[in-house]
Amino acid sequence: MAETRAQKGPKPYIHPYAGGILLGCVLFLSFFLSGNGLGASGGLNRIIVFFEDLIVPGHVDRTPYLLEMAGGDLNPLDAWIIPMVAGTILGGFLSGLFNRRLKVETNKGPNISNKTRWILAFAGGAIMGYGARFARGCTSGQALSGGAVLSAGSWVFMFAVFAGAYALAWFLRKAWN
Amino acid sequence: MAPFQLQSLLGYWGMMAVYFALGLGFGIALELSGFGKSTKLAAQFYFKELTVLKVMFTAIITAMVLIFLAASLGLLDYSKLYVNPTYLWPGIVGGLIMGAGFIIGGFCPGTSLVGMATFKLDGLFFVLGGLFGIFMFGETVSLFDGYWHSSFFGRVTLFDFFGIPAGAVVVGVVLMAVGMFWGGEQLERIFGGRDLKREPKWRYGAAAGLLLLALVTAFTGQPTLEKKWQIAGPEKQPLLDQRAIYIEPAEMLSLMHDDTRGLVIWDVRPERDYNLFHLKTAQRMEESTLRNITATGIDPTANQVIVITGNDEAAATHAWKLVTMQEIPNVYILGGGLNRWLATFDPAGAASVTRQEEPGDRLDHAFSAALGARHPAAFPDEKLLRSLGEFTPKVKVTKVVKRQGGCG
Repeated sequence: MAETRAQKGPKPYIHPYAGGILLGCVLFLSFFLSGNGLGASGGLNRIIVFFEDLIVPGHVDRTPYLLEMAGGDLNPLDAWIIPMVAGTILGGFLSGLFNRRLKVETNKGPNISNKTRWILAFAGGAIMGYGARFARGCTSGQALSGGAVLSAGSWVFMFAVFAGAYALAWFLRKAWN
Repeated sequence: MAPFQLQSLLGYWGMMAVYFALGLGFGIALELSGFGKSTKLAAQFYFKELTVLKVMFTAIITAMVLIFLAASLGLLDYSKLYVNPTYLWPGIVGGLIMGAGFIIGGFCPGTSLVGMATFKLDGLFFVLGGLFGIFMFGETVSLFDGYWHSSFFGRVTLFDFFGIPAGAVVVGVVLMAVGMFWGGEQLERIFGGRDLKREPKWRYGAAAGLLLLALVTAFTGQPTLEKKWQIAGPEKQPLLDQRAIYIEPAEMLSLMHDDTRGLVIWDVRPERDYNLFHLKTAQRMEESTLRNITATGIDPTANQVIVITGNDEAAATHAWKLVTMQEIPNVYILGGGLNRWLATFDPAGAASVTRQEEPGDRLDHAFSAALGARHPAAFPDEKLLRSLGEFTPKVKVTKVVKRQGGCG
């Protein structure tokens, strides 16, 4: 029995609307309980700053942007976004585990090699990380959370993200199709 | 009333546990929707499969409807929620950069975590790239710091912007989203060859349900400040009853001469009285302004003391209630109002008028002309403090912890 189970392929994803309703309920719960929305990039930021503060504390204390998170005795990891990021990673892992979707693989278009895909992923990640800090929030913290509480700036931001992606989609069609 | 002060309720680790649990839910919801798979995300931009649009906007409208419904029912205080402040142009430029990163890398920061957690190597590389990009931003932001802080509008919402009730925007956004879903499904049919007949029928029911809740929200309306006072009043009323927020003229004088305090004086009397006499630096505040403090651009987290002055105390107390219900901290009232102030610092003028029999919030003082702040009592000498004797200081500046966004 256990063997046939292991041989089964991954379970299909749930319907996008159902996923959206679930995600919306988590987002509502987050606002209802804590007053804050969901987020990701702020946590990654603090992890980076934590290491920067270990290696070059003087530099952190001289840079206003970093100072806010790790200046002097401040511990950049002392923030609610850190357990949230940890939870997100574990939640993704658990869901993947129970739905048999844990698999070492590289998702890409059929016309590029794994290596190209990795380079693109790293480059895209770097651009995205830079942009997320520039816009003071990523898709989760700005678009999703700000969108739900009707922040005007978040709605403008959201359409800018879609515009940026659609504007470049044609040039990257080889990478995905 | 929600949201809760998690730290005082559950302690530091209890609060962190709640955020961890919320993160778990977030990760599970993303993974279940297929957001750990970059090809599924990128398909959005070739119109083959609009999963990103569907999941994202369904999540936004679901959360939005629930938030504003809870607020209209008095279960949730919207003014206490973190609303991303608007920095218009940095937001647009950052959004365009992110869009480029999205189509090149195939993830966004949140989804890449889930990709990594389910062993997708492209997800791992994206996370590493994301950390590198964030690091680079921290190192370069000082080069364009001025621009990065430009076009700041503060906490501005769509309903502020359009000047219509929040409930109407909620209904409008739900309708817009449903329209986008319909359009998206048509695109999937044309570009992705999807058979829409096989799509589940319950999605119509879900859309109708959300629209219904949005309409209920719109018709209930968001709570007025008076309604909020009814709910939160029992908590705040003791401050008034014990006169904990009415400060003595002596304390006011010491505040006026204390440069470290950041004193803000609001005068809530009619314009005529204000022109006759007001304290130095006092700003006259109309009721409509008091009802919408955010529009004045006041930063509620700033280290400041706000003192409201009236002729007596009635109008000032009313103003205090309005302001306090908008979560503005450190607001006080000049005890006895300007009448007592003038009686203290200009006894000669006070003696010259007979006090009205009926109690009313009127100015009981004679002026030779409309002096405004040129009257000596508008900014009495600090030396007078000694002649006033001891006072119990009531002003306590509570430092407000800024609510930071998920990406703050």
